[in-house]
Amino acid sequence: MIDGFIAIYIFMLAAFTGYEVISRVPVILHTPLMSGSNFVHGIVLVGAMFALFRANSSLEQIIGFVGVVLAAGNAVGGYVVTERMLEMFKASGQKKPHGGQQ
Amino acid sequence: MEALSPAVAKGIIDAAYILVAFLFISGLKRMSSPLTARGGILWAGIGMAIATLVTFLAPIADPATTSHATTNLALVLIAIGLGGARAWWSGKRVAMTDMPQMIALYNGMGGGAAAAIAAVELYAGNAHGVIFGSLAVLGALIGAISFSGSGIAFGKLQGLIKKSFRFKGQQIINLIIVAAVIAIGIVIATGFNTTPLAVTVFFVIALLLGISMTVPIGGADMPVVISLYNALTGLAVAFEGFVLQNPAMIIAGTVVGSAGTLLTQLMAKAMNRSLGNVLFSGFGDASGPSGATVTGSQKPIEASDAGVMMAFAQKVIIVPGYGLAVAQAQHKVWEFAQLLQHHGVTVKFAIHPVAGRMPGHMNVLLAEAGVPYDLIADLDEINAEFETTDVALIIGANDVVNPVARTDKSSPIYGMPILNADRSKNVVVIKRGQGQGFSGIENALFYLDNTRMLYGDAQGAVNQLIQSVKSLG
Repeated sequence: MIDGFIAIYIFMLAAFTGYEVISRVPVILHTPLMSGSNFVHGIVLVGAMFALFRANSSLEQIIGFVGVVLAAGNAVGGYVVTERMLEMFKASGQKKPHGGQQ
Repeated sequence: MEALSPAVAKGIIDAAYILVAFLFISGLKRMSSPLTARGGILWAGIGMAIATLVTFLAPIADPATTSHATTNLALVLIAIGLGGARAWWSGKRVAMTDMPQMIALYNGMGGGAAAAIAAVELYAGNAHGVIFGSLAVLGALIGAISFSGSGIAFGKLQGLIKKSFRFKGQQIINLIIVAAVIAIGIVIATGFNTTPLAVTVFFVIALLLGISMTVPIGGADMPVVISLYNALTGLAVAFEGFVLQNPAMIIAGTVVGSAGTLLTQLMAKAMNRSLGNVLFSGFGDASGPSGATVTGSQKPIEASDAGVMMAFAQKVIIVPGYGLAVAQAQHKVWEFAQLLQHHGVTVKFAIHPVAGRMPGHMNVLLAEAGVPYDLIADLDEINAEFETTDVALIIGANDVVNPVARTDKSSPIYGMPILNADRSKNVVVIKRGQGQGFSGIENALFYLDNTRMLYGDAQGAVNQLIQSVKSLG
């Protein structure tokens, strides 16, 4: 069981981690990073799967199904758009030699 | 699969989640530097794939909970296929300019999923005790707000909702809704009344709150709001993680919750807005679009003259704004910049932190057009250079170059860091008409003696500039 003080410890340490990990991020990466963190909370998919696996009534199955559809959309969509944005950053780095004349 | 005992399946899931947590955190860490960013999303993606795959072992780890195991497994597979395919399709097709609302949409889906988990647990009566009840209710509330609020944010940025609905007493009504949802939430969390009716009423009011919170907020503030809802969804996921006893959800959700909060603060700061200001007052509500009126007149220039002026300049700084993104002119602008470079002109791009729709959005758009990294400078780097610049070319930017932010204390944008384009020797402004910016404030830059206005949409005007420079040979 994760409860009581253990739960609070995990919560606190994870919160510090999140804060530290992006505290020195340059402005140019704000949008991709927001998109990337949006992808990471797509982990809600795992929870939605648990809920649907355990569903016992039609109502639970319907809500669970909607939950998994939404969560899968969050995870897959979040990945695709973040990847697309970051891909372009790589391309611009390679073209560096052309820039900065004079 | 049948060979696995429940204990072994549980062990595999738990061990995999540790790896997943590691991949997520180091993935995010990598995403916060331009050099490693691309690998970062890949790491996080691998983490997500592992987490999803091992979760299929959940029915084995916890066998006796339902009599619908096979149906549920089929439903899970169909749901993942449906949601995943739809999101893959839309994510691949969306234009870079529409990225902010797309993020809002995916984020809302995550919030909705967190709320759905809570709904299943609450309807089924699985959240036992005050602590788990409270966590489930809290996650449900935040998730539902994030879901409906992100939907409104998407509608606004997509242009589906054009108005900001504001009326007298709106905040009082919002307070009443908040009080109502908290009251029902407490009733459910303490186990006093957990009937489906109570749970349903709770969700309806929570969704309503997300809508009523978001509709008064103007389009310019939407990025901050989306970022806030992103952090909230993370928090909701973490709370539901506690309810489900799922460490991967707890850690990933909390990390996103705190990282998202920091990101929200950074964005609000870059826009010179406090979070409270964004949420509880419309832009310019307190003072109205006041500020001293600007005197003088706007002086037009022909594209041919402007093109020649820049071709014979030593140094040109291009200041792109949202108007450039709307007109999809970033490729044309880069073509023009290269043309100037061939004439021996030093060209740089100056990016305001909130150029585009979100901090960093304009960098993405220019990167898409192929503009190299080292030509793009942000506010701190370039502001001193305007004084030695011959021409500052403003394309579809307005408030971020308005000098009243430095001078006029009565202006709503006073104190916002701006690009000092007005200090360059000449300023050429490409603008569709004589209208005002997002904030509705008159721009003193447009009336300066060294400013010339080139009217037209960004795409067409830059095209004319290209023709005029090309005709020089």
